[in-house]
Amino acid sequence: MNDNSKRLLDVQGLKTYFQTEQGTVRAVDDMSFWVAPGRTLGIVGESGCGKSITALSIMHMVPQPRGRIVGGSITYYGREEGPVEITALKPHGPAMRELRGRHMAMIFQEPMTSLTPVYTIGQQIMEAVVHHEGLDKQAGKERAVAMLEKVGISAPRQRVDEYPYQLSGGMRQRAMIAMALSCSPQLLLADEPTTALDVTIQAQIIDLLLDLQQDLGMAIILITHDLGVIGEMAERVLVMYMGKVVEFGSADAVFYRAKHPYTVGLLASIPQIGEDKRLVSIEGSVPSPYNLPRGCYFHTRCPHVMPRCREDEPPSFAVGEGHEAKCWLFAEKEGEVHAPVSN
Amino acid sequence: MLTYVARRCLFMVPTLLVISFLTFVIIELPPGDYVTSYVQSLEARGMEISRQQVELLRMRYGLDLPFHQRYVKWLSNLVQGDMGHSFTYGEPVRKLIAERLPMTMVISVSTIFFTWIVAIPISIYSAVKKYTLGDYVFTFAGFIGLSIPNFFLAIILMYIGYRYFGVSMGGLFSREYLLAPWSWGRFVDLLSHLWVPIVVIGTAGTAGMIRVLRATLLDELGRDYVRTARSKGIKEIQVLIRHPLRVAINPLISTIGWLLPTVISGEVITSQVLSLPTTGPLLLGALLNQDMYLAGSFVMLLSFLTVIGTLISDLALALVDPRIRYT
Repeated sequence: MNDNSKRLLDVQGLKTYFQTEQGTVRAVDDMSFWVAPGRTLGIVGESGCGKSITALSIMHMVPQPRGRIVGGSITYYGREEGPVEITALKPHGPAMRELRGRHMAMIFQEPMTSLTPVYTIGQQIMEAVVHHEGLDKQAGKERAVAMLEKVGISAPRQRVDEYPYQLSGGMRQRAMIAMALSCSPQLLLADEPTTALDVTIQAQIIDLLLDLQQDLGMAIILITHDLGVIGEMAERVLVMYMGKVVEFGSADAVFYRAKHPYTVGLLASIPQIGEDKRLVSIEGSVPSPYNLPRGCYFHTRCPHVMPRCREDEPPSFAVGEGHEAKCWLFAEKEGEVHAPVSN
Repeated sequence: MLTYVARRCLFMVPTLLVISFLTFVIIELPPGDYVTSYVQSLEARGMEISRQQVELLRMRYGLDLPFHQRYVKWLSNLVQGDMGHSFTYGEPVRKLIAERLPMTMVISVSTIFFTWIVAIPISIYSAVKKYTLGDYVFTFAGFIGLSIPNFFLAIILMYIGYRYFGVSMGGLFSREYLLAPWSWGRFVDLLSHLWVPIVVIGTAGTAGMIRVLRATLLDELGRDYVRTARSKGIKEIQVLIRHPLRVAINPLISTIGWLLPTVISGEVITSQVLSLPTTGPLLLGALLNQDMYLAGSFVMLLSFLTVIGTLISDLALALVDPRIRYT
């Protein structure tokens, strides 16, 4: 199933490190996955596990000058001219900027602060359209109105001239989505798109993203720590811990047949309505990124820890159809896989 | 918005009244008056003047009236546009100021342009390339620019100009053009002299502005909206200028109106050192000689411009920052 024609984005062995005064932080360490056109991949994990940095690496927008992609490849297949290797491009160069905004777009966690306060939302939506498609201001504004309508903002003609401070959080996130989709990108990176919103608004935004995906056919990489959101949207799920993929599979497999002890712990920590038992949490705490444990990074918190886990880092083992887990527990029973299995 | 401007203009009246009173009091504070210093200067030159003559002079200048009458008289003349007579020059204050105003404005406006044109690119560079060699060089140069007094810089420049280039840096014209009518040659001569006061007066302002703008830009560069702008694929320089710079410049726009009085007043000490034909030395001389109508009218003019300038600043800020409303 390694058919490249069905791939939009292929990430292999991605390493994004940060140089800090205390040492090197391996924010993303040897991650591999790929995304099919028009499909949704969910990335879950707790705060600081490298989810956002993965997305920023794909956009080639890793915070400078401390962060840097130090290894691996990110190949984008969505261009008509042929595949392009993103890590080989200059972050601010014309080739990368051509991809950014036009082929791939990103929506961010904080709609409150992610819009420039001194421009109308229309002006901010227009900016990318005018830049990439060479539209004049009038046509750009028409596009902005059309996009606002598409994301379900009422009275778009009036809203287009309003400033971010005049909109509610949900509206701003809709405007962000309108901005990201204004050039019809093939890949949308959604970094915690609902985290800062009310629960009712969250549901609306998720529905909106699903509708727009049906409509426009873009692939989505959905990054969140909210397993409920992932369950609603993603077909395939990738679980991250300390910059590494620990489990990968279809949403069904990861949710109902979770194998990796970390995923099992994550799922157990979701409160269930109607259940009257004490909420389970994962023992211990996330190790310091400056002082990572030897072997498996999760062994300090793992209930099934074995002597081997303290010595060697486990590879990924296939634990089912298109389902793999990076854990020694599955070493004997299952075959070892090197590249991630696809959907 | 019109009502807002109208209300602000109405508030100006009591403000200016208070200022005028304080100005008058302060100018009157030093013991003696113009006649005293006039008599002193006559006596210094060995001339005798009788008590009677002194009283006569006082009467002529209206200095014999009680304080409040003089104040009211001065103020009512001022409101009618009559700034009074200068004792020293024997000419209307209005004429004296008007004579020196064009050159003062040329220097001040050029200095403002110089400040902005130099400070904005440097602060962008310093903020983006934070903690690099270039940033340290500019920051260090900024500290020096900020800490050297203007007049001292003027003296250094004059020395260098005279010692190494053999040109006299003072004034705005060479001797041959000083009284000549306007011509292309005179204009070029003016430009060749103009840069010295611009650099001297502008250095501290430029350095200060770099510091402020660099600090605000550093704050803004880390904001989420910069990342959003970058994710659109526009050029990095467009990202910087359209987004963080546009936000960071707002506090500077709020000070634009305060430049108005400085446009008129000129730099007093620097102008004195460089012997520039601006209003600065005029004001200084008026204060030294207790030429009270010249000094008082001058100070009132500056206060009026400050009040107007503040209004302009407020309006400009509301214009560039949609989050600010008039109430």
